[in-house]
Amino acid sequence: MRPSAFFLKPRSGSRIPVVRAKIREIFMPALSSTMTEGKIVSWIKSEGDVLSKGESVVVVESDKADMDVETFYDGILAAIVINEGETAPVGAAIGILAETEDEIAEAKAKATSQFSSATAPSAPKVEESPPAPKVDAPSPAVAAAPAPSTPGKVVATPYAKKLAKQHKVDIGKLVGTGPFGRITPEDVEKAAGIKPASKSIVAAPAAPVASSAPAAVPSKAPSSFTETPGSTVVPFTTMQAAVSKNMVESLSVPTFRVGYPIATDALDALYEKVKPKGVTMTALLAKAAAVALAQHPVVNATCKDGKSFTYNSSINIAVAVAINGGLITPVLQDADKLDLYLLSQKWKELVEKARAKQLQPNEYNSGTFTLSNLGMFGVDRFDAILPPGQGAIMAVGASKPAVLADKDGFFSVKNRMLVNVTADHRIIYGADLAAFLQTFSKIIENPESLTM
Amino acid sequence: MQSAISLSLSSPSTITRSDCTVAANVYLCTPRSLRFCGLRREVFESKSFNSLSVSTRLVPRSRDSSFNKVCAALQSNGTPSKGGFDYDLVIIGAGVGGHGAALHAVEKGLKTAIIEGDVVGGTCVNRGCVPSKALLAVSGRMRELQNEHHMKSFGLQVAAAGYDRQGVADHANNLASKIRSNLTNSMKALGVDILTGTGTILGPQKLKFGKGGSGDTIITAKDIIIATGSVPLVPKGIEVDGKSVITSDHALKLEFVPEWIAIVGSGYIGLEFSDVYTALGSEVTFIEALDQLMPGFDPEIGKLAQRVLINPRKIDYHTGVFASKITPAKDGKPVIVELIDAKTKEPKGTVEVDAALIATGRAPFTQGLGLENINVQTQRGFVPVDERMRVIDANGKLAPHLYCIGDANGKMMLAHAASAQGISVVEQVSGKDHVLNHLSIPAACFTHPEISMVGLTEPQAREKAEKEGFEMSITKTSFKANTKALAENEGEGLAKLIYRPDTGEILGVHIFGMHAADLIHEASNAIAMGTRIQDLKFAVHAHPTLSEVLDELFKSAKVKVNSSSPIAQPVAV
Repeated sequence: MRPSAFFLKPRSGSRIPVVRAKIREIFMPALSSTMTEGKIVSWIKSEGDVLSKGESVVVVESDKADMDVETFYDGILAAIVINEGETAPVGAAIGILAETEDEIAEAKAKATSQFSSATAPSAPKVEESPPAPKVDAPSPAVAAAPAPSTPGKVVATPYAKKLAKQHKVDIGKLVGTGPFGRITPEDVEKAAGIKPASKSIVAAPAAPVASSAPAAVPSKAPSSFTETPGSTVVPFTTMQAAVSKNMVESLSVPTFRVGYPIATDALDALYEKVKPKGVTMTALLAKAAAVALAQHPVVNATCKDGKSFTYNSSINIAVAVAINGGLITPVLQDADKLDLYLLSQKWKELVEKARAKQLQPNEYNSGTFTLSNLGMFGVDRFDAILPPGQGAIMAVGASKPAVLADKDGFFSVKNRMLVNVTADHRIIYGADLAAFLQTFSKIIENPESLTM
Repeated sequence: MQSAISLSLSSPSTITRSDCTVAANVYLCTPRSLRFCGLRREVFESKSFNSLSVSTRLVPRSRDSSFNKVCAALQSNGTPSKGGFDYDLVIIGAGVGGHGAALHAVEKGLKTAIIEGDVVGGTCVNRGCVPSKALLAVSGRMRELQNEHHMKSFGLQVAAAGYDRQGVADHANNLASKIRSNLTNSMKALGVDILTGTGTILGPQKLKFGKGGSGDTIITAKDIIIATGSVPLVPKGIEVDGKSVITSDHALKLEFVPEWIAIVGSGYIGLEFSDVYTALGSEVTFIEALDQLMPGFDPEIGKLAQRVLINPRKIDYHTGVFASKITPAKDGKPVIVELIDAKTKEPKGTVEVDAALIATGRAPFTQGLGLENINVQTQRGFVPVDERMRVIDANGKLAPHLYCIGDANGKMMLAHAASAQGISVVEQVSGKDHVLNHLSIPAACFTHPEISMVGLTEPQAREKAEKEGFEMSITKTSFKANTKALAENEGEGLAKLIYRPDTGEILGVHIFGMHAADLIHEASNAIAMGTRIQDLKFAVHAHPTLSEVLDELFKSAKVKVNSSSPIAQPVAV
């Protein structure tokens, strides 16, 4: 199961007069609808490797999962533009694929000249940014000597090579200052205009450690002490960054909310009955919502452009799950068509996959309606934010005993839960939502139909 | 090494837990030393007089004063051998294999001698697993202290960490001598005769030992075990000078830390040394003859290991190449490694480095054994044996009363495998048939994090499943979901189980992650005992521990048969 998405498009740079279709860029794929940037977990192939169609080339960490990305073309991986551990926006070139060996040098030159700034982890737009000026000396178009394969010419240490790749320094142009004239990491850092990182490893000379070690270490600026005492800054993970971005984006949609109390005695009774068969409350609620949505297609619709309704052909219930400090929404596809038992089974699988970070894009980004349940924490009511690209989201509170008066004035104690739906008012109006909730509450109050 | 502990336990033993603690106190064993050859137990056994089958225990007493007297008393207390032999069992080679066999032989009431041609403890204790663990213990700490991000996430602040090379080297050396003396004492105390010199077989049940020449002593033995071990393999064209071109023997002395070292071979030894050297600030270039690094590991584990242990570190590599010639540094020139393509033999350039470590494997040490006297021909240096470690002669017949264990037979070149084979042989010579299941022997690589495995790899299991026509399944769990691993900020890791869903049999388990080497034994014991997954699912693991990684692994397996264990008697608590 690998994403079929692959992103190679023929290169037709305006700067290069001859269009060579045979050198292709490998682009950062969009592994989910919410993904705007991806982190390279690892390159499975290295520069110079021959690739055949369908082979995995690179592992990308999207906001939801780690995924192998495969190639649609045969060729040779000529250059890696974005290194492991670095991040690039969706659509940015992360590598260069050459069709034949002759083109490798050219492809490499392109990689160095054109994408030299692409590696900065937070570079916003890549393609049009100017080449890094201070690093690349005269015309990089002249093919750089492929360093490692020419015997004995360029000697650079492993870390120097890694740094050169990372900072796009042409190692062939450096003069080594290390032993035997080899290029050291310091040489590369100097060429890249970076202050050499303080050498973290210090072999103290034979003298006792206590006296010599502190002197040998270039004292680092006490940067860690300038922060407010007690506070820590923890950067977002990719998943958390995606959540943050989506939440800000949601502000552009005019939403409104409608709440509804629903008696749950019948649902609770049914749940007790089907629980031993592996049915979960999540599956019951998802099924009920799906059945209700089938009768109210507008609530299952999306407003894509602000001008039209997009009615979705299937009812896919996304369910919000908190996971490892993030949030993911595995999707129960065709929840109205699958029976309760299959749905529960499916749900179990999805949760397992989500934990293992193995969800495929269509398993978390194909939702048409979202369900969020905080009832298990005892929350009685809450308000959900509508995720971009969907029409409505339902927030389900806990089922709790409540004193109710019926139409004849008799009091009774019944279990009741409050649901609150947030919807996009461009397409879903108050009456639509009210009617949907009425249907939903009828289903919950007479849940036997769910098991059929 | 580790499994030596469990192996010595598998023998009937009267030792109780509290005694053990006493012994540990008496010997002031640091916890670290316990990690290695499982000597605490063995040293303790040394406290018991053992004549024939009756064992009377002495009250543990302090080491210095009375210990030697006890030994002396025991040595004069040898058991007369039946059938006119000088000994019931003579073991040639006092490494971990020979030691394990000797201890078990004494327990079985055999009059035993061990011939040591070099130093007690052999490769493992003196030039292998033991000193390397000392270096790796240092490298693990260095790595942690240097990892600012890691420390910060704990809320710790550490100033730049440094090290004193001689101090590190001394730690390794001290550990080796401590373990060596423990081994020696444990054998002396049990009354094993330690004979010094080279052992040579003269004929069936007859051998000599000594420094060579006429001063040699001839002895007879009912059974003989060859346990001569191995030496580092140095391929042709490579000149080892012991300074800039070295083998693991030299590297473990840590006489210098080169700025840049080429490691030829990326198996266990090479990988462990890359961990040590990069932690101490060296840069490393791997030279591997096969097409990918870490051959021999399960491919998926290898891939993950490369992601964690190679790519982010100051390491690069050349695969699919042989080091055809390595010239040591001299006349102001660096070490020059000449590479050729492993298949086409075409030159593939040179690498110029400050040092080169040859870690291409180990060659059996079987010269001078006198195998020609009993018509046994070695195969690539290895002594051919059957599944019971009985030596096979040139005519394909069993050489009478002759066994070979450990690296010298090449079946599985691991210290604890040698010891297990030795115990198996002793079982046989004392009248109980025993065949060792090599698939139950775990292996570990002590990088940070560790790698461990037992049984088949995925490709091996797939091949077997296809050949024998059974279904095979795989399940995996991640350390990311384990509370203890997360508490330690060590969520990187994977455990993988290869099994038969129809029977619940474990085919292989592979672990990459924190303390993987210690975690593997639940799986290896299960394989050894034939325990099935459906039963393991009910075993309880303490929470929160890393062992829950395996608990989850077993629980996630989909086995089509139900638990076979009978309902246990209720136990009141």
